[in-house]
Amino acid sequence: MASTLETQQPPAGAARSIHQRTLPRYAPAAAFGGCLVIGAVLTGFGLIGTVVLGTVIYLVVIYVLSRTVESSRKAADRVVTGLVTSAFVIALVPLVSVIYTVFSRGLPVLSATFFTSSMRNVVGEGGGVFHAIWGTVYITGMALVISVPIGILAAIYLVEYGRGWLPRQIRFLVDVMTGIPSIVAGLFAYALFVLIFGPGIRIGIGGAIALSVLMIPVVVRSTEEMLKLVPNELREAAYALGVPKWRTIVKVVLPTALAGIATGVTLSIARVIGETAPLLIILGITDSANFDPFSGRIATLPVFTYYEYIQPGVDGSGEGRAFGGALVLVLIVLVLNAVARLISYLFSPTKA
Amino acid sequence: MAKSIDVSDLNIYYGDFLAVEGVTIPIAAKSVTAFIGPSGCGKSSFLRSLNRMHEVIPGARVEGKIIIDGNDLYGAGTDPVAVRREIGMVFQRPNPFPTMSIYENVIAGMRLNAKRMKKSEADDAVEKSLRSANLWAEVEDRLRRPGSSLSGGQQQRLCIARAIAVEPQVLLMDEPCSALDPISTSAIEDLIHDLQHDYTIVIVTHNMQQAARVSETTAFFNLSAVGEPGRLVEYGSTTKIFSNPDNESTEAYISGRFG
Repeated sequence: MASTLETQQPPAGAARSIHQRTLPRYAPAAAFGGCLVIGAVLTGFGLIGTVVLGTVIYLVVIYVLSRTVESSRKAADRVVTGLVTSAFVIALVPLVSVIYTVFSRGLPVLSATFFTSSMRNVVGEGGGVFHAIWGTVYITGMALVISVPIGILAAIYLVEYGRGWLPRQIRFLVDVMTGIPSIVAGLFAYALFVLIFGPGIRIGIGGAIALSVLMIPVVVRSTEEMLKLVPNELREAAYALGVPKWRTIVKVVLPTALAGIATGVTLSIARVIGETAPLLIILGITDSANFDPFSGRIATLPVFTYYEYIQPGVDGSGEGRAFGGALVLVLIVLVLNAVARLISYLFSPTKA
Repeated sequence: MAKSIDVSDLNIYYGDFLAVEGVTIPIAAKSVTAFIGPSGCGKSSFLRSLNRMHEVIPGARVEGKIIIDGNDLYGAGTDPVAVRREIGMVFQRPNPFPTMSIYENVIAGMRLNAKRMKKSEADDAVEKSLRSANLWAEVEDRLRRPGSSLSGGQQQRLCIARAIAVEPQVLLMDEPCSALDPISTSAIEDLIHDLQHDYTIVIVTHNMQQAARVSETTAFFNLSAVGEPGRLVEYGSTTKIFSNPDNESTEAYISGRFG
């Protein structure tokens, strides 16, 4: 027995070799291409069927191929790489689909008239989002003016001053607020103004307050995380120079965290600018531009999109305007994200 | 402008934990005093208590008396912020303000306190402090660059320039060279030599050669066991501590036969 074992064992050098047979680099791509063709033939050239079946066949093929040519470890690696990539692609599908639909159906609607006219006296073709863009911009702007000071000051309290049980409770409540359904925020704002002005009230400031309820927790948490990232050494350096605490916060801590705070605020705007439910309740919809936030209905892009879709008008041209409005909203959010990146680049303290 | 410090029977607590017990030591004006001792023996805690910096840690407090030129550091009417304007501090790791240029870092002490100063005054203060910190020649032509663009040793000298720009009476240094290479260390030791003509300097160091090189007085801290409070074992002239200490554990520590 011992002798047969010895003869079966390869020389020590070979067993410990760091060389291993590998598939050529083009193998996965080639195999996937081949499997897609097989899948296409088997499913009769349906797009979804081809991709799904092709991927499943590919996972089996690459495993067998890698197992025979390479090793079981490599085979497992290739299968998992395939699974992870598939998951990523599946996650992207809705995003790509939404962007494709909105652009393909919204772009034809966009025109100079679409941006410069409201829906006043429009029953069929024509009309635009002028009133809704301005409504969205200044309602969100007012929400920003309300939420940013409250949010940043609350975060400063949590990070710099809070001791004991109070900050823990606040943090918990802020987390709860993050999870509030937006319709509840709308009902809160509506109830508040009904108590003041009586039932049936429609008022711009109410929309701003509803959005603030949704924005404040986002601002608090993102600012809090950014303030925590400021090294304690910088605070101590300022204290050691005889700088009072509040000045240390204003002149050292906040500037150091500014890039992150600004990014968080911008993203919180992107979060609420598409809110429909609360604005539906407190702002309603109107066909004309209303620049008075303290009286009357105000149109906003999400609510405009909703109404154009469910009430497309006598000739059904509202559906086109709905996609136009949705596209404008998507573009605004894209611009805001770009602005967030620009801000974080410009204000970053490490920038030499 | 330098001042002497008299510490008597000082206890330092973090919450209920007694970290340093019963320290009594006079610190002479215009001299360099070095604190040596093993890690965790309370040197840094004691140093931070000298300008009330330990108070920024929640739960930290002291008992006992620290008298600076006749004023009680922990007296009822003493403002910790005012104390820190008189007693500057340099930390273990260089910590220039990342949002500020070299120039702004040096006058940060004035700017952050909203002290109004003319452009020429500010320029003079920057040049004077950077010259005192032996950094002027190296940064003269790039004062507007960020402070974080300097090397570690230069950053530490920038922090020293920042600390002396507010013209404190006392300068506390918490292992100022532990993150630096030998060349930067030597530059900072030269600097300490120059500064002691004008300032009272207290330095914590793990490097005994450094203590021997820069200080006139050395204090040895030790703790009997982990979890026990740190104590001041002995202090005296550096020559005496390093050649003929009174206490056996001091001798064991400085000769490297510790524990």
